[in-house]
Amino acid sequence: MSLKLLKLAFKNAFARFSLLIVLIFVAMALTAPWIVPYKEQALGEPNMAERLQPPSLRHPFGTDHMGRDILSRVMYGSRTSLVTAVLVVFLSALIGVPIGLISAYFGGFVDNILMRFTDIFLSFPPLLLALLIASTLGKGLFNAILALVVTWWPWYARLVRSQALSIKTFAYVEAAKAAGVSSAKIMFRHILPGCIAPLAVQCTMDMGSAILEAAALSFLGLGVQPPKADWGLMISEGKAYFLNYWWVPTFPGLFVLLLVVSFNLLGDVLREMIDPRLRRRMLV
Amino acid sequence: MNLARYIVSRLVWSIFVVLGVIFVVFIVSNVVPSDPAALWVGPKATHSAIQMAREKLKLDKPLLVRFGYFLRDLLRFDFGISIRTHNPVIQDIKTALTATFELLLVAEFLAVALGIPFGVFAAVKRNKWFDNLSRLFAVVGVSLPSFWYGMILQLLFFKWLGVLPLSDRIDTFVSLLHPFHERTGFYLIDTLLAGNYTAFLDVIKHLMLPAITLAAYPIGLITRQVRSMMVEVMQENYIRTAFAYAIPERKIYFRYALKNAIAPAMVTVALSFAYTLVGAFLVELIFNWPGLGRYAANAILSMDYPAIVGVTIVTSVCYVFINFLVDVIQAKIDPRIRF
Repeated sequence: MSLKLLKLAFKNAFARFSLLIVLIFVAMALTAPWIVPYKEQALGEPNMAERLQPPSLRHPFGTDHMGRDILSRVMYGSRTSLVTAVLVVFLSALIGVPIGLISAYFGGFVDNILMRFTDIFLSFPPLLLALLIASTLGKGLFNAILALVVTWWPWYARLVRSQALSIKTFAYVEAAKAAGVSSAKIMFRHILPGCIAPLAVQCTMDMGSAILEAAALSFLGLGVQPPKADWGLMISEGKAYFLNYWWVPTFPGLFVLLLVVSFNLLGDVLREMIDPRLRRRMLV
Repeated sequence: MNLARYIVSRLVWSIFVVLGVIFVVFIVSNVVPSDPAALWVGPKATHSAIQMAREKLKLDKPLLVRFGYFLRDLLRFDFGISIRTHNPVIQDIKTALTATFELLLVAEFLAVALGIPFGVFAAVKRNKWFDNLSRLFAVVGVSLPSFWYGMILQLLFFKWLGVLPLSDRIDTFVSLLHPFHERTGFYLIDTLLAGNYTAFLDVIKHLMLPAITLAAYPIGLITRQVRSMMVEVMQENYIRTAFAYAIPERKIYFRYALKNAIAPAMVTVALSFAYTLVGAFLVELIFNWPGLGRYAANAILSMDYPAIVGVTIVTSVCYVFINFLVDVIQAKIDPRIRF
C-alpha cells in the first residue's frame, strides 16, 4: 500500500522535486560538521573583524552581526530544525496514536473520556500554549519541543481514532476477536497497519509545520539559545540589522521556506492520492 | 435533533472546554513552577511582594480551592497587575485586542477576496498551468514564516521602493496634526467617523504590509479548499446540464457551481480566522503593531507572568468561541451533521 503510494507519488513532478529537496537537506544536516566552510563560526565563535560583510565569494551568504559566516550557520541550522521536527512529530504520534486506537477500539465511556480530554488540548492555539509552557519551564530547545508535543498529540489521536473506527468494523477484525486474540494485539497488529497511510501523510505535512513553529518559538527567544545556529534565532538576530544588511535574515528564512514548502508539497500530493474520491479521478 | 438543540448542546460543551482550558493554564502557571509566587511578581521582586503574591495565589490552600479562587478572579476579569506596564492586565488586553482585530479583519478580507477566485479558476483549469501555479502559491503561502516574510516586504516596499511605511498603526505626525477621537478603537472606523481623510489614508497605508503578511496563510488555505470543493461540484450532473444549455461559462462557475462549493469554504474561512489570530502574534512584533501579539512578546521578554497568563486565557477563549461558531455554521449549511 505505502510502496504503491510512493510509486504513484513519484509520477508527480512536484512530489519528485520536493522529495529531492528534503533529501538534500537531510544529507546537509548529516554531513554539516565536515562540509561547512567555517565550522567554529557555525558553532558560535565570533569573528568581529568581518562584521556584517555583504555576500561575496568568501562568504556567499555574507556575515552576521558577529562576523560569522551565514552559509555555515544556515547549514548547521538544518540540524536543529530537522531534529526538532522529527522529535516533535514522532513524540506526538507516540502519544496520540495509542490514545486514538484505545478510544476507537473500546468505544463508549473510554472513548468519551479520552476524546473530551483531547478536545480540551485541541482548543488551545498551539503556539500559545507553547509560549506559556516555555515561559514557565524556561527557555531552551528541549522545552520548546515539549511545548509543541503537548499541543500536537491530539491531532494524531483524532486522526487515528476516525480511521480505526472504520477498520474496526471489518470482518478480519471480528474474526481476530472471535479467535480470542488479545485486545492489544488486535489494536496494534490488525488495526494500526490500516492507519499507516493517512498517518504518513499527516506526519509529512506536520514536519513542515513543526519546523515553522519551532522557528517561531526560537524567533521569540523561547527555543534554541545563542550562540547556537538555528534558523528562527538567526532571523530574530537579523531583525535589528535587516534594513541596512538585508542578507542577515534573508538566507535563513529562505532555507526555512524551501524546506517547509517541500514537506507541504509532498504532503499535499500524497493527501490527494490517498483521498479515495480524488484518486479515482486521478487514475482515469 | 433540531438545530437549536444542537447549538445549545455545543454551547454547553464549549463552556466545559473553556473550563478545561482554564484548568490547564492554571496547572501550568500555578502548579508546575517551583515557586509560582516568584514567577508572578517577576525577576526583580522584593521579598514582601513575593509574600503578597503568595497570599493572592493562596499557595497554602489545597489545589481545588486555589482553582476556585483563580476562576473567581477570572469571572471578575481580574488577571492581576502587569509587571511591565503597571496597568491591570485586562485593561491592556482590551486595547490590544481591538488593534489585533482590525488587522485580522482586513487580512481575512484580503484572503477571501483573493482566495475564492483563485480556487475557482484553479478548479476550472484543473491540471493546467494556472492550477499548478496556484497550488505552488497556496503551498508557499502556508509555508512562509510570517516573521520573515514581513521583513522581506518591509525591505521591498519601505527600503527599496519607499512607497509604504515601515511599521506602527499610524504616523506620529499625522496623528498629531490630524488628531481624531478614538471611539471604537478601530482606526479605520474612527478616522472615517471623524471625517479625517488624511488620517484614514495613513491608516490604510500602515495596514497594507502587515495585512498582506498575515493574509498569506489564509489565502493558501482558502484557495486549496475552494479548489477541491469546486473540482467535486464540477463533476455533478447539473453542471453538465448547464453546459449543455450553453449557459455562459462564467455564470456556470460563479453562480451555479460556486454556490455549492462555498459552504465548506466558509468553514475554512472561519477556521483560518482562528489560526490567523495566533499568526498575528508574530506579525505584530515585526510591524510594531500595538496588538495582543506585541503585548505578549513584550510580556515574555520582561517575564511579565500575569500578562502572559492573561493573554493565553483570553486568546484561548476567543479560539474556542470561533470554533463553536464554525460548528454552528457547519451544522446550518450541512443538514447531514446532527447528533
